[in-house]
Amino acid sequence: MNNPYRPYPVKISKTLVETEDKQLKSFWLDFLEPADAQAFQYTPGQFAELSVAGYGEIPIGIASSPTEGDTLLFTVNKVGVVSNRLHQMNQGDVMGVRGPLGNSYPLKEMEGKNVVIVAGGFAVTTLRSTVTWLLHPDHRSKYGDITFIYGARTPGLLLYEDQWREWQKRDDINCAVTIDREAEGWDGLVGFVPSVCEEVAPKPDNAVALICGPPVMIRFTQPVFDKLGWQSEQIIMSLENRMKCGIGICGRCNVGPEYVCKDGPVFSKAQLDALPAEY
Amino acid sequence: MADKILAKDKLGDFLGKLQADYEVYAPQEVEGKPQWAPVEESDKVLWDFSNTHTSPKDFFFPQTEIMMRFKNVQDHENGMVMEAEPPLANKRLLFNIRPCDAKAFQVLDLIFVQDEMTNDLFWKDKRDKTTLVGLACSDPCPSCFCTSMNCGPASTTGLDALVFDLGDKLLVRALTEKGEAVAEGLDDAAEADQAAAEEQTKAAEAQISSSVGMDKVNERSVMELYEAGMWDRVYENCLNCGTCTYVCPTCHCFDIQDETQGESGRRVRNWDNCMSWLFTMHGTGHNPRGAKKDRVRQRFMHKFKYIPVKRDGEIGCVGCGRCVLLCPVNIDVRRVVNDMNA
Repeated sequence: MNNPYRPYPVKISKTLVETEDKQLKSFWLDFLEPADAQAFQYTPGQFAELSVAGYGEIPIGIASSPTEGDTLLFTVNKVGVVSNRLHQMNQGDVMGVRGPLGNSYPLKEMEGKNVVIVAGGFAVTTLRSTVTWLLHPDHRSKYGDITFIYGARTPGLLLYEDQWREWQKRDDINCAVTIDREAEGWDGLVGFVPSVCEEVAPKPDNAVALICGPPVMIRFTQPVFDKLGWQSEQIIMSLENRMKCGIGICGRCNVGPEYVCKDGPVFSKAQLDALPAEY
Repeated sequence: MADKILAKDKLGDFLGKLQADYEVYAPQEVEGKPQWAPVEESDKVLWDFSNTHTSPKDFFFPQTEIMMRFKNVQDHENGMVMEAEPPLANKRLLFNIRPCDAKAFQVLDLIFVQDEMTNDLFWKDKRDKTTLVGLACSDPCPSCFCTSMNCGPASTTGLDALVFDLGDKLLVRALTEKGEAVAEGLDDAAEADQAAAEEQTKAAEAQISSSVGMDKVNERSVMELYEAGMWDRVYENCLNCGTCTYVCPTCHCFDIQDETQGESGRRVRNWDNCMSWLFTMHGTGHNPRGAKKDRVRQRFMHKFKYIPVKRDGEIGCVGCGRCVLLCPVNIDVRRVVNDMNA
């Protein structure tokens, strides 16, 4: 029987410091055992516990898309014991991955609809996975217009520049990347995410919006969508809370009766409206 | 299987025979308190006790449990070797467990083992290899409120067999195959013995004086209960000491920590408690339950609203009353639930 607490051994195949403040580092991980790669079947929106023996585990959203192959991508913010240790680890080091955990974005229910994706700061990780998945030739035709709005404070704090520069060249996605204030060498949009949303003005008809970002971004983006006529059922969000087991037992990540690790992390705004705001 | 009878003076032989197949544990007086201990002499087994000081949950969910061991081996191509802990070696039998504690494990089964992913092998292995022989309550204490919590002095849920203490003899009622294996070979009980057991149960039920209402708690929405004004009164006295969580048979929150010494180490899980601010604190410093009120409310909401909502009406409390007896500031769960239900 499968032991859900046993991490799969993986090797770091590549790392990249993503941001100018060096707070965010990306890790590309390859499974040591092909059978483990087979067992790790995930969908955009899910997360995994990154496991470093002697330090512990942290829950991190999966930034890669299963359409990219078996290599997993995680981008980790340096805040605690495990993430600090991870930031010291390099290509060739072996660690563990436990998952995939949680639910995913409702990709099936989104079929036939226009998709609006709004990301702020490093909350873009699982949305990078989603956009990559949606743009894959096997999936793109099942969805209507795709709009991607992404912002960070400065150009140096934007993640995954290679990807969104590619997306900006495509004609099957409307990709708006913005920074808060003018910066030297920046030729793209300037302005906070909520203002850019106001300019782009995505229509709510037959559409779904995935919105992830810091609380301040959510607080000011929400009224923009309300004004455009969006209903709370159409707005999908992803939560994060402190976690340990990741499988709905250990008791700390709950928001009301829902466990973020098992029933989430993806919830509709309508669901969250009926729950305590303990996140 | 028909009800069986066992003379109390034959208990030594009976338990001795079981010990060939099981490690047998029963409540005995340890440091002046009724506590769980391995049975060495059958006359040390307690009969007159309300309930054990702490719940027997640590038989299935130890206060500290090793989940795996690891070794950082520099010259190994995998760098790090992890080994899962081996399963339990022997079968175990808990003799004279109170029905409320057994009911708690049935509730916890629904949480530890939900589906293919949420399948806690550490819990399941110990549950599968343990037989629970209950002792019906004949003299409930004033803090008991099991009859309000889907339970009772002779509740059979979660038990493999139930024993009624009829003075110089015991009526043994097998409830499962595991229980039949225990009762096998005993003589059938007489109708008069069965009647005496019924009488005793009725008397015990009548003796339970506290009742707690859940009807309005069930009707009300999560948010209505969450936003109730009563929490402002309940939380004030609380010290966030966590005693209630450690003695509670259904509290099951845990932490996972890595412990290392030199090149080797182990991943352990420890009992944790929702009264601690660290329990929910994010790496960034943000804390979704940063205030004492949030944490006190969480514990009661979890037991009486969140678990019922998620688990088909099962309640995360069995009315054992340990928290009532041991709370240092006399927070009484019965009063809290009645306030939620008011």
